[in-house]
Amino acid sequence: MTLDLFEKFDRTLESFNQLPKGDFNPFTVSMDAVISPTEAIINGRKTILAGTNNYMGMTYNRECMDAAEEALNSFGTGTTGSRVLNGTYNGHKILEETLKDFYDTEHAIVFSTGYQANLGIIATVAGPKDYVIIDADSHASIYDGCAMGNATVVRFEHNDPENLEKRLARIRRKDPDAGILVVIEGVYSMLGDQAPIKQLAEAAKKHDAFVLVDEAHSIGVFGKTGRGVAQEQGVEHLVDFTIGTFSKSVGTVGGYCVSNHPKFEVLRLVCRPYVFTASLPPSVVASATKALELIKNSNLRVKLLENSMRLNKGLSDAGFNVGTTGESPIAAIVIDEQDIAIAYWQQMMQEGVYVNLAVPPATPNGLNLMRCSLSAAHSLEQIDYMLEKFIAIGKNLGVLN
Amino acid sequence: MTLSTSEIFDQVCELMAPYNQKSLTLETGTTFAHDLELDSLSVMDMLAAIEDHFDVTVPLNILPDLETIGHVAEAIKNILDE
Ligand SMILES: Cc1ncc(COP(=O)(O)O)c(C=O)c1O
Repeated sequence: MTLDLFEKFDRTLESFNQLPKGDFNPFTVSMDAVISPTEAIINGRKTILAGTNNYMGMTYNRECMDAAEEALNSFGTGTTGSRVLNGTYNGHKILEETLKDFYDTEHAIVFSTGYQANLGIIATVAGPKDYVIIDADSHASIYDGCAMGNATVVRFEHNDPENLEKRLARIRRKDPDAGILVVIEGVYSMLGDQAPIKQLAEAAKKHDAFVLVDEAHSIGVFGKTGRGVAQEQGVEHLVDFTIGTFSKSVGTVGGYCVSNHPKFEVLRLVCRPYVFTASLPPSVVASATKALELIKNSNLRVKLLENSMRLNKGLSDAGFNVGTTGESPIAAIVIDEQDIAIAYWQQMMQEGVYVNLAVPPATPNGLNLMRCSLSAAHSLEQIDYMLEKFIAIGKNLGVLN
Repeated sequence: MTLSTSEIFDQVCELMAPYNQKSLTLETGTTFAHDLELDSLSVMDMLAAIEDHFDVTVPLNILPDLETIGHVAEAIKNILDE
């Protein structure tokens, strides 16, 4: 009897098939038209986008769109090549110079996505005799980078410097000369909590380990010039590699890693997710470059965090079990039962608010979340409308009493 | 002080208590995914507790080979004997 390769997915399919079809399935929504960073037409209805990670609203920034259009007209729709063959245009080099200036580092490498940046850096930098120690709540791209590489992978309890230190000490006791890479995130996307980078990085440095911080959700949002949580906490000197993405605050697509390591540039030769994939299209590169310039000198993050605090405070005052604090752009309420969470999501959609339904294993501690990521482009009216619908539906479903 | 595999197994079973929601009788052949219905994150959390109890490093790399409590006890034994 031949085995069906897809048999292993039967349980996943079974639970997926229990969800409603089409646009009221939380995982198959499609947008008929997009109106602005915060509004789209879905199911023929004008809908507020409440969970897009479009923190700065950069997707429709006039200067970014103009830069993209000019690059499109001058350089065409794509590079059709790897960075190391025919895929490096002047724009890619300017973008890397812009990143070096943005972070004040010696080196910057641009990848085609943030996912690939994590895959590439983690899998390449940590080799067969090395160790990678990751936070338990790390993003899938960090776990996948570990799976792709050949290092020994160890996991420490989320945001717990003592737990990390214990693991470092154990490794050092056995392996005094091994290379060690500690991987953390600036902001964890589900609940918006920040890593205590100082304590974690100091534990790492005590054991001569390198520190990588993924600032995917914090670039643009934190720090005096928008570099992220390490800048906000004044600990950039403790960080060896900063990874980030252009798919959130920067409003387009792409990933990067910046560093001061003197041999960093060799990665352009040995890092497979950099070498064996096509480079970003010129229009994307141009809009990312423009957005970085704008983010560095903007105070949109103040407006963003005010927006987030308004929603977080409103939810908390209404009596929800709020998983976030309002100190990040994330607002998430915890719903005990998964079917209630799904119904909640659908009713929000019917009322014209598109939030994220986040369920395990994407969430920590098995939580079901109704998750919003605020944007500086949200108006106060939009936030108040979201809040009003959260409360009405919460009462309707018995989540609020 | 060297522990035998069966002593390790007994200690692992004690550490398993919070993960044994259905109060099964734990045996060497008890599986995490099927019998205990643990997802991969819960298995990793459980291993963290085991790491700290025995003061050893259990790399995530060996996770795919750890399907039963017996496998974990054997793995800890090997790591301690190294
Ligand atoms: C922490 C973290 N790292 C990396 C990524 C991947 O970024 P990208 O969308 O550029 O692949 C994301 C976003 O999904 C993320 O949340």
